[in-house]
Amino acid sequence: MPDIPEPAAAVRLENVRRMFRSGKRTITALDGITAAAAHGAVTGLIGPDGAGKTTLMRLVAGLLRVDAGRIEVLGIDVGRDPLAVQAQLGYMPQHFGLYEDLTVQENLNLYADLQGVPHADRKRRYSELLHMTGLGPFTARMAGRLSGGMKQKLGLACTLVQPPQLLLLDEPTVGVDPVSRRELWEIIGHLTREAHTTVLFSTAYLDEAERCDAVLLVHEGRLLGSGPPGTFTAEMTGRSFYATSGIGRRRLQERLAAVPGVIDAVIQGSHVRVVTAQATPPEPASLLADLPDLALIPTAPRFEDSFVARLRTRPVPPQMSSATAPVASGAQTPHADLRPRSKTDAGAVITVTHLTRRFGDFVAVDDVTFAVARGEIFGLLGANGAGKSTTFRMLCGLLPPTEGELRVSGFDLRTAAAPARGRIGYMAQKFSLYADLSVQQNLRFFSSAYHLHGAQQNVRIDWAIGEFDLANLLEASARDLPLGYKQRLALACALMHEPDILFLDEPTSGVDPLARREFWQRINALAESGVTVLVTTHFMEEAEYCDRLVIMAQGRVLTEGTPEAIKASARRTDHPDPTMEDAFIGVIEAASARAAA
Amino acid sequence: MWRQILALLVKELLAVLRDPRSRMVLIGPPLIQLMVFGYAATFNLNHVPIAIYDQDHSLASRDLIARFTGSPTFTVKDVLDSARRVNELIDSRAVQMVLVVDPRFARDLLTHQPAPIQIILDGRNSNTALLIEGYANSIVSRFALHWAEQHGIRAPPATLDMRALYNPTLSSTWFIVPGIVALLTEVETLLVVGLSVAREREMGTFDQLLVTPLRPLDILIGKGLPGLIIGLAEASVVIAAAVFWFDVPLRGDLLALYVGLALFILAITGIGLAISSLVATQQQALLGAFLFLVPSIILSGFATPIANMPQWIQTLTLVNPMRYCLVIVRSVFLEGGGLPVIAAQLWPMALIALATLTIAGWLFRKRAT
Repeated sequence: MPDIPEPAAAVRLENVRRMFRSGKRTITALDGITAAAAHGAVTGLIGPDGAGKTTLMRLVAGLLRVDAGRIEVLGIDVGRDPLAVQAQLGYMPQHFGLYEDLTVQENLNLYADLQGVPHADRKRRYSELLHMTGLGPFTARMAGRLSGGMKQKLGLACTLVQPPQLLLLDEPTVGVDPVSRRELWEIIGHLTREAHTTVLFSTAYLDEAERCDAVLLVHEGRLLGSGPPGTFTAEMTGRSFYATSGIGRRRLQERLAAVPGVIDAVIQGSHVRVVTAQATPPEPASLLADLPDLALIPTAPRFEDSFVARLRTRPVPPQMSSATAPVASGAQTPHADLRPRSKTDAGAVITVTHLTRRFGDFVAVDDVTFAVARGEIFGLLGANGAGKSTTFRMLCGLLPPTEGELRVSGFDLRTAAAPARGRIGYMAQKFSLYADLSVQQNLRFFSSAYHLHGAQQNVRIDWAIGEFDLANLLEASARDLPLGYKQRLALACALMHEPDILFLDEPTSGVDPLARREFWQRINALAESGVTVLVTTHFMEEAEYCDRLVIMAQGRVLTEGTPEAIKASARRTDHPDPTMEDAFIGVIEAASARAAA
Repeated sequence: MWRQILALLVKELLAVLRDPRSRMVLIGPPLIQLMVFGYAATFNLNHVPIAIYDQDHSLASRDLIARFTGSPTFTVKDVLDSARRVNELIDSRAVQMVLVVDPRFARDLLTHQPAPIQIILDGRNSNTALLIEGYANSIVSRFALHWAEQHGIRAPPATLDMRALYNPTLSSTWFIVPGIVALLTEVETLLVVGLSVAREREMGTFDQLLVTPLRPLDILIGKGLPGLIIGLAEASVVIAAAVFWFDVPLRGDLLALYVGLALFILAITGIGLAISSLVATQQQALLGAFLFLVPSIILSGFATPIANMPQWIQTLTLVNPMRYCLVIVRSVFLEGGGLPVIAAQLWPMALIALATLTIAGWLFRKRAT
């Protein structure tokens, strides 16, 4: 790893450790991080939830103190003189304190007052910021009525009212639509180029690594790697391929994932993306001898490949600390053995026709229509506030629609008798479990809630414990589980009663790539056995796992189709291999062009 | 159905008991409140600071003053030799009463004239002033009786001979501690039930519950039963403390007491569930609970008699379940009441419970689905 030149470092971390107490447990949020961020560059702090990103940000901002080690910011020891550091930095936390009942201009004025910006300088600064963020036309609008992306841009503008030397941005792009995300990155690029601001940017989106000048990859409080993003992908050169075969992508993915020497196999569109342990290109026949039609096409490595490679080769830490233990062997066929299903019934399981939901005069869901067939994985893709969660809640019967009709296996879940709900599995956002109950108690409660009892209940609980590898954690409170295990337990609870239909709300948000792969492996197997899956997500990547999806924005369905077809619609001669995000942006731009015409 | 409700009940109790913080809320504050109310909330006056201004300095005046000095009710803080400092002492709250003995006190007594004694009271707390006056009055009349006896004077034609039934020493503890049984039961039940749905809403598990085949009624019962169990357990602890720690006699039928408490807890559970259905966060639930608690305690007769309230407020107290519970608790503890005695309190409370639970069920269904 090439070192960042020492004298240019704006932030220097030396063996930084920080612990937190949670009840009787001590959590090591940061475990000896040594790193640096260069002057005038964008340094990305990249890692899944729980990696320690926010803790590190707060330490750098002098809002927390280190337990051991030392942090130097702009040549000042933060521990010794936090106020001197704070005078020179701008910090935008994850939930920036915008006053929703003030207008855009009033929010700017407030932050200018708080940061003591001289009145003489304000006019010029405001016009710069409003121009940069594109908020100029909206100065009189209430902050609460801005879209998610605009709110983030306003938060950034408020942070920048007093031009800082160092800008700390804590996950500013999470849940923001791709267009706004692209604009935020343009603003950041502008800042480093024009104002030579040093930016420390944290994110859980691995694809954002490529936009940074340098990357600090953190996981579970440790630094897994650092350097320019190119060095991460360079390690992976010649190890990434697209595999295709006539047996279908899901089965192919399942087979390839089990081959020794393959460290990663994920479904992407109609192919399976494979990453190998060695850079020697494998002979297709040597991978899976019984598949003569297996074809491998080399493709460019991604940052995520290198993260996955690092996670796979790292020594497995003791129980409870990792969410990435190997998938139990039963994962391939979760419960096909218990209830064989026929895939012949091709009728639509979920139908939504002209669904509309208003809150006052705000239209959250606007005339949405789609249908999902049995055994299909169907995605609702959109940014926060696009209306996908509202649609999802209406489908689950948690919210009445204002207009339109919806049917889930023939029922409207809102008015359906309780047994109809017994055919549904539901996994809520943030893996809602009873935090004070142990793993075993959660499993027992949810299985009882689904009318399981006696021997049958015990069989299912034993199945869940074996399948999700929970045996060592049975007595642990759900609150204390690592995120990846929370996700497993939430899925286990949703599957106790072997539902025909599975509703997943942001199922892998924030978990590390291995936990996400493991999760989707199970979902694929469930779909193969005939379970219909409806999933909401704001992760463009996750959309690739769906059979079909709709892209939603401002309550409307902008497009519907297979991931392949949606991506193909964005294919241009100068851009032959567009990502889902490119397609998303294309769809949104086309929609606003239509609206303008 | 009962299997599911049992599962809900077990889950609810585990959630409360496994969380160290909610365990603390159940055990800590009630014990502290019990001790604080049991000892501090008393109408008995002790060690009232007083000053004496004796202008007579006779044997008779010294005898009278000795009765004040020797009483546990009063503590003599100051002896004055002029009227100059009387106002100052009262103003600065150094004393709450000044006893002024007239210079002709002994002479008037000996000549069989009415002998005037003045007391000057701090009227800022009218309630205390009235109590002090009562105590002073009884000391003075005992002195007068004693004097009449010694000097062969005919006693006053009519004398008051008082005997208090049920609480012969008129101990405040006997009056207040049984009230605490009702008070703490109300507070704890309301908090446990009121916060439980809000907590699930905050954590997102409520949606999870609603998508299971559990029906709103199951969930309602599953949320209400833990309140009943915890409320009864809480009440039992306070009852035990009342009997074994504060030595309040428990003369009546324990079964009657528990029947009354169960109905009371059901009524409160309904209110807690209604609050829970209306709010989105635990903070709002807490506010809602206190919005109900404060008036319900003031209008219950816990501290101030309902009979003294204006008529329209008395009418208002008829819908307050704690009003009936207090009568039951005091009746069973002190009067030795049984089911027939408290029947008049049971049916209104049953009606209130029915009403609050129905409203809760309706709100719950409306908000849940």
